[in-house]
Amino acid sequence: MDPLLLLEQTFNGFQFGIMLFLIAAGLTLVFGIMDMVNLAHGSLVMVGAYLATTFIEWTGSFIGGLALAIPATFAIGVLVEIVALRTLYRRNHLDQVLATFGLILFFNEIVRIVWGPISLYSGLPDYLSGQVEFIPGAPYPVYRLIIIAVGLAVAAGIYLIVAKTRLGMLIRAGASNNEMVGALGINIKSLFTFVFALGAVFAGLAGMMLGPLTSVEPGMGEPWLIQAFVVIIIGGIGSIRGAFIAAILIGMVDTLGRVLLPEFLRVFVAEAAADTAGPALASMLIYILMAAILVVRPQGLFPARNG
Amino acid sequence: MTKRQIWLSLITLVLFAIVPPLTIIFDQPFYMDMMARIMIFAMAAVSLDLILGYGGMVSFGHAAYMGVGAYAVGILSYYGIDNGFLQFPLAMAASAIIGLAFGAMSLRTTGVYFIMITLAFAQMLYFFAISLEEFGGDDGMSSMRSEFAGLIDLNDSLQFYYLVFICLGVVLYLLHRLVQSRFGMVIRAARSNDKRMQAVGFSTYRYKLAGFTIAATICGLAGALFANLNEFVSPDVMHWTHSGEIMIMVIMGGIGTLIGPVLGASAFLLLEEYLPEWMDMVMKDAGEHWAIIMGPVLIAIVLFGRGGIHALFTSKAKAKGGNHD
Repeated sequence: MDPLLLLEQTFNGFQFGIMLFLIAAGLTLVFGIMDMVNLAHGSLVMVGAYLATTFIEWTGSFIGGLALAIPATFAIGVLVEIVALRTLYRRNHLDQVLATFGLILFFNEIVRIVWGPISLYSGLPDYLSGQVEFIPGAPYPVYRLIIIAVGLAVAAGIYLIVAKTRLGMLIRAGASNNEMVGALGINIKSLFTFVFALGAVFAGLAGMMLGPLTSVEPGMGEPWLIQAFVVIIIGGIGSIRGAFIAAILIGMVDTLGRVLLPEFLRVFVAEAAADTAGPALASMLIYILMAAILVVRPQGLFPARNG
Repeated sequence: MTKRQIWLSLITLVLFAIVPPLTIIFDQPFYMDMMARIMIFAMAAVSLDLILGYGGMVSFGHAAYMGVGAYAVGILSYYGIDNGFLQFPLAMAASAIIGLAFGAMSLRTTGVYFIMITLAFAQMLYFFAISLEEFGGDDGMSSMRSEFAGLIDLNDSLQFYYLVFICLGVVLYLLHRLVQSRFGMVIRAARSNDKRMQAVGFSTYRYKLAGFTIAATICGLAGALFANLNEFVSPDVMHWTHSGEIMIMVIMGGIGTLIGPVLGASAFLLLEEYLPEWMDMVMKDAGEHWAIIMGPVLIAIVLFGRGGIHALFTSKAKAKGGNHD
């Protein structure tokens, strides 16, 4: 196999992993602190993508559009938390799953009413649509490199917030015992709202950056949601570090699996059989990986707390 | 079971039993297919309630076993094997084996991990079905109705209806016996307090796994019937939103009861069918956006509808809540 192609796919896998991390980060924070299953997290990816597409068109500038879409997504996160999710924290997981399932239906339909059922395509400005050849012979899209850079910056930002600030201290304390944090005089309600809205911004940001790569359509966040679930199961619920490592792992395994597995199978079986079985197996690979990891460590790689 | 529950179950089944004569009298064959569809989903919902309501296992991938049953029928039909005596046992065996394998791995985890791992396994099967180019991939494939030579003719929608009806009745009866049995007591007790059951000396893992496998098998039967109803099989059966819908049917009807999920499946599918029409009446062309009402309705049912439809009719009977994990 061409090593340059392999290198390119490695970058793609890394970029995919970064995207997954942005979505999984909010999910794992909400799980960790509020012990809340939120299926509607994928809808926030979709909402972010739609808002960015609209604002980019409106302002005529890519950066300007994102600059408007980020606070808008934060505001929607705050609104959703106060109106819908707040009442669910004390419910059992089953109720949370079903109520947020209802939220997904609602969000998808709102989007369909406001923006119509047809997919939107948002182009890239000229300065982002080029390619760079930082390795001779292997040109790579600038935009994908920017996604990687933004994702790494966000990851570093989350790490700094969680590990070094007072807010992060409260988040960590909330993850281990949120009642005690409340008893010590912290306004746990507004902390929950803020954390949820922060997670919404990360998910929305992922959606905004996805926009130019794929089509923006109702329900676009749902496949990402399930992959983000796999990420936080492998990483350990509530662990940002676990989410980052697992996201990169999943991104790499999925992308490289799709490239390498058919080639690999050809060594053992006939070419035709390898070409059929390869993609089938590749699309299941991350779930097989998850099952294997859970057999060894039922709480994921980096469990944030016991029980 | 209280007297009211027995009456509710009997009345529900009698109502299903008299649908075909009514549709024939009023010449509305469409409703017979719709009610058959409702009964098939009712079967899937009841099987889910065995593990969800009685066993406290929040499985979010139940549609996968329906898909396995449907694909077993579809694939056999593809190779020209239309014999129902072969198709149905194989469909159930396939769902049982896959349920056993997924259950064995999923039940090592609890709580949120369990919800998400069952979802992920179902998603894995969904993608697997999409990658089956030979069997239509994304688009699915058509399949013939099963043949039960000399016994019944499934191409006749009346006979098909009563086959589904009998299957549902048998499933309800067997599950009723099962949840009242020693086995049923163990999984119900494990829902309340797993650690205590282990301390008393029960290997709750094995009991739960057996329950999980039984549920998957019944759901596989529902899937086999579903393939027959549609004469079509596609990965869409396994889509995760269907797992969510089956779960909603259980909650809507009454978790931890047997007739509840049947009522829930009826209510959900009838609502799905008629809500758009009702909305069109209120506002022109509003019907296509029925989900905007359905979503909040679901949330309201979860938040306020303790015990579901079942509790409405058996208000004195205790409404069992969900599991507390």
